[in-house]
Amino acid sequence: MIEINDISKKYKSTLAVKNISFKIKKNTIVGLLGPNGCGKTTTIGMLLGLIKPTSGSVFIDGKNIEKENNRTKILEKVNFISPYVELPKKLTVEENLKVYGRMYGVNNLQDKILNLMEDLNLLDFKKRKTGELSSGQKNRVSLAKALINDPEILLLDEPTASLDPDVGDYIRTYIENFAAKKGTTILLASHNMNEVERLCNEVMMMKNGKIIDKGTCNELIKKHGRKNLEETFLKIVRE
Amino acid sequence: MKFHRIYALSIRHLYLIKSSFPRILDLIYWPTIQIILWGFISQFFTMYSDYYNNTIGVILSCAILYDFLFRSSISFNMLFLEEIWSRNFTNLFVAPLKLSEIITALTSTALLRTLIGIIPAIILMNPLFGVSLLQMGPPLFLLFLSLYLFGTTLGLLVTSGLLRFGPAFENVAWSSLFILAPLGCVYYPLSILPEWLQILAKGLPLVYLFEEARSILVNNVVNYNNIMAALALNLFYFAGAIFIFYLAFYGARKKGTLVNMGE
Repeated sequence: MIEINDISKKYKSTLAVKNISFKIKKNTIVGLLGPNGCGKTTTIGMLLGLIKPTSGSVFIDGKNIEKENNRTKILEKVNFISPYVELPKKLTVEENLKVYGRMYGVNNLQDKILNLMEDLNLLDFKKRKTGELSSGQKNRVSLAKALINDPEILLLDEPTASLDPDVGDYIRTYIENFAAKKGTTILLASHNMNEVERLCNEVMMMKNGKIIDKGTCNELIKKHGRKNLEETFLKIVRE
Repeated sequence: MKFHRIYALSIRHLYLIKSSFPRILDLIYWPTIQIILWGFISQFFTMYSDYYNNTIGVILSCAILYDFLFRSSISFNMLFLEEIWSRNFTNLFVAPLKLSEIITALTSTALLRTLIGIIPAIILMNPLFGVSLLQMGPPLFLLFLSLYLFGTTLGLLVTSGLLRFGPAFENVAWSSLFILAPLGCVYYPLSILPEWLQILAKGLPLVYLFEEARSILVNNVVNYNNIMAALALNLFYFAGAIFIFYLAFYGARKKGTLVNMGE
């Protein structure tokens, strides 16, 4: 489903990502862990075609994203959520979902929007401007936008950052159920180790632009002789 | 190009305009103030200048044509800046939008935004100052078309800068037209400029358009050569601006500015 071959990204003299390669199979959730500035966002940016790799290639569903004709076709099947990206604040929740639903060419858009709003408890805010919502509510709207096209691939960059535990748990449960129901392939970049342990089938650890370890959570915990993923993460990062 | 994607990006901006009365008022306010100001200046010149004698509305008509150009360019820039200000920029570039669709959506929505502002000002010209732009006849449409193309060209160049260099390029968005205005010969004939500047000015379509507007209003003579020269120059610059926009996009992907672009 996702295949990255030996990609690197250099910004002037800084090598942000160094010769990384990995494959993610369909219907799996893979965690991408690492300290701030280790190259997670750059890697996701390259997967989305937002950043051009200095070398190497990115294949999604067998298509190279760097080829202009493939880009749009690939992005129709992909969606993305990040706390650093927002939806237009002056538009209502419903208007934002209509705009993105049309952009992704969603059929029966009105029904789709209603279902998503119902599932994510957004019906009461339908006519409210997105900028007027709390961060938890905004996060649910962003998630609704990310799911509007029933993506085959979902890239989640810290989807529960700065959310209270209750809302965070709600989002995690929703993503978990959605992926199980639709068979979505997910790449999750997160600093929340409980979240990663709960959701991910496999984990990749990044440090200084490289993937330094990968495996299932249990494999990594066992390999590094620690009690949980958080301790394993700290050991790997501080080594 | 897919219509539904162009439509989606257009309604995003239409929702924004309709959601706020002050926003609509702001669109109408500046062109109207311009018209009132230039209307009085125009009346004064009509009374005390030989050149403008008995040609009421020459300055006023040129002022409204220039404002149309200014609004089309600013509208285009504003639509793009809105995405940066609202931190929605990355969402757009991870959506399956082609660059040609973005350009088409911004171009058509900018026209609508411009017309919302300029039509009330044009309507007010007649009752307030007894001047109607329609007296210019069919060439008026070609003048508007040419000015709109040039406004969009400048908008494309500024947004290319925003794409490539990020929000720091915003100031250029506001000043882009002021740089060209003196060379455009909006309110005075080309012959006023020093000879070396005339050569530069002739490289801009504005000179042909405003010379032609004055020729129609003062002498009642339509010279289609001027209009066609302007149109040809505009098409040339417009094609160049599209090329630069594509280059800026690829530059931004190389530099990584499409990720997390915001204030």
